[in-house]
Amino acid sequence: MVEWTAAERRHVEAVWSKIDIDVCGPLALQRCLIVYPWTQRYFGSFGDLSTDAAIVGNPKVAAHGVVALTGLRTALDHMDEIKSTYAALSVLHSEKLHVDPDNFRLLCECLTIVVAGKMGKKLSPEMQAAWQKYLCAVVSALGRQYH
Amino acid sequence: MSLSSKQKATVKDFFSKMSTRSDDIGAETLSRLVAVYPQTKSYFSHWKDASPGSAPVRKHGITIMGGVYDAVGKIDDLKGGLLSLSELHAFMLRVDPVNFKLLAHCMLVCMSMIFPEEFTPQVHVAVDKFLAQLALALAEKYR
Repeated sequence: MVEWTAAERRHVEAVWSKIDIDVCGPLALQRCLIVYPWTQRYFGSFGDLSTDAAIVGNPKVAAHGVVALTGLRTALDHMDEIKSTYAALSVLHSEKLHVDPDNFRLLCECLTIVVAGKMGKKLSPEMQAAWQKYLCAVVSALGRQYH
Repeated sequence: MSLSSKQKATVKDFFSKMSTRSDDIGAETLSRLVAVYPQTKSYFSHWKDASPGSAPVRKHGITIMGGVYDAVGKIDDLKGGLLSLSELHAFMLRVDPVNFKLLAHCMLVCMSMIFPEEFTPQVHVAVDKFLAQLALALAEKYR
């Protein structure tokens, strides 16, 4: 189980309080599809992803960004049981969606960059550390049911 | 994943825009490296204080940023241009190359923090590729 100090919990809550899921979700997924174009492989049914502009203007990408970020936020209310919280989602991503779990890490990197852009220096090194620890725990839980 | 000429131009342009804040970005980058990835402090056991924001961390972050700027000038031949730096890292410093990736990530975070409008996805991918090429060139002499 992941151990969290009181400070780490505060830092993670503080970062989430600055995130507008409807804004940051789309931005993070768009950035992921542009910076790591091979991630587009999972979105064949989303329509036009042929240019950066198409990705940014694509409503399905934006909607899915909100879904993904909402899913990432779930752990905030279950910080002491992250593994079990994501067990079903892990099975889904493995058995049904067949997503290479390294993609979770790539999306989280892009999310951190988007969050850094929104928060500027208010994202202190200690906050960044706690935030990345949180994302690491979720990514690990999401990858756990793969076999 | 080599850089297109457009991406090289994007890198040079962004680094030029960044130059007034390059010391700050360098110092913040290394502070975040030791904060987010504490195992990297193992390379700095000879410092009295390797905590984020400490004087030696800030100073060394600035040094590293200077090296990155130098590499921008050598973007058309990173392997050739960084030969002696590679020898330094291979034979003397012996920094595990996995750490280059961690440093690059922290640098991207700082760029986004300090230049949120300019650090577009297009700039992000170009700089990410450049830093990856830089890391490869630095690791060239390792074995």
